[in-house]
Parts: sequence; C-alpha cells; structure tokens
Amino acid sequence: MSAVAGKFDELQKLGVEVLSVSVDSTFVHKIWEEVELSKMTKDGIPWPMVSDGAGNLGRVYGVYDEANGVNIRGRFLIDPDGVVQAMEVMTPPVGRKIEETIRQVHAFQHVRKMKGAEATPAGWEPGDPTLKPGPDLVGKVWKVWQPK
Amino acid sequence: MADEAVGCAKPTGTVVGEKPNQDSQPKGDAKPEGVSDMVQVRVGRKAPDFEAPAWHKGKMTSVKLSDYAGKWVLLCFYPGDFTFV
Repeated sequence: MSAVAGKFDELQKLGVEVLSVSVDSTFVHKIWEEVELSKMTKDGIPWPMVSDGAGNLGRVYGVYDEANGVNIRGRFLIDPDGVVQAMEVMTPPVGRKIEETIRQVHAFQHVRKMKGAEATPAGWEPGDPTLKPGPDLVGKVWKVWQPK
Repeated sequence: MADEAVGCAKPTGTVVGEKPNQDSQPKGDAKPEGVSDMVQVRVGRKAPDFEAPAWHKGKMTSVKLSDYAGKWVLLCFYPGDFTFV
C-alpha cells in the first residue's frame, strides 16, 4: 500500500483513482494508517480504504479465499466505461510492482485514445513504437518490432 | 462519499446491480474446478459494482464503484492490514 501511495500523485496525473480493499474493518484501517502507514508515506493513505468484512466483493472478483477468510492479492484496472481492462492475482507472499501497473495504465490509455488502430507490443513503454494491426502487418511484425 | 454514522455493528460491503446469472456466462462454458459461481469478473467485461464502507482521509465513509464512472480506477485487494508485503 505504501508503495502505491508513493506513486499516488503520478496515478492522479494519469486520471487514475485508487481503491484498496481488505476484509479488515474501517476501524482497523484507521489504526493501521495511524500507527504504521503514516510513517511509511508522506501524508498517509490518500484514497478510500474499503472494508470487505464478509468477503462479498472478493467473491465476485474471484479473490476471496474461503479457507482463510481473506482476499488474496488482486489488482484490477477499470476503464472510464467501467470495463475491467487488466487484472493480476497473486498468492500472498509476493508483492506487486506499481511501476508495471503504471506502464499498463499508459498502454491502455494509449490504445483507448487510438480507438483500436494501434496496439502495444510486449514490453512497450511510453514513446516506444506501436503496432498498427491490419492485413499488411500479418506475418510482418518482425519487420517493425523485435524483442528487446 | 457521505460521512457514515459509526456504530458497533461491523458493516461490510455488498455487490450492487445485476446478480450473477446464466446470461452473463457464455452458454456451454465448462466451469473450472474450484471457481465459484459468484465470480463475475473478466477482462473486457463490466466490473461488478459494489458499495462498501471505507476509511478515507480521517473519516468513516462509504464508496460505490459506479460513482467512479468516467475515471480510471485501480482496485487493489490485499490479504490484510498489518501484513508484511
């Protein structure tokens, strides 16, 4: 959470709102922010920390672990139309990398702006060339793009 | 996001809108083992809407996903407060 908080300004500049969700109550969120997260971030947690005590949200998002009563690590990128564009679900011991999420935000925003006329190849970073899908590109991707 | 009255009952989030139904799944799709019928999320499909209590900037409040229409949303689930990763 604190890693995301460190990039919150960058996310906001990209027009991305953040919601974090766990099964903890809002009371627990309050105390976690006060006693720990506030010491790992500049101004605490700037987004709503959502409580999913009964796991209802986690169940429909496919991340609720019934045996342990917690939500496993899951990240969903939702576009302005409310459509899920990307998701990443991981077992608990491995953390995420916010830079990869931000890269995906750039890529999804780019292809959305281009209305399907462009696609971003593997490893694409902002400023890199994109692919223009169409009959002329079939079998010719090697001419315009090589793995890094 | 309105301020919420703080009581002793522990509130929780609820899914709002369409209930999971057969029409939301392609016909004849084999259900992978261990996957709940309730799972509604898939890339390229509408994110399930929900309303849930939240702690935000010093206040007990509540959030509804559909209130974020028109914006990009990064929705992050994690195992629990005070865990280590």
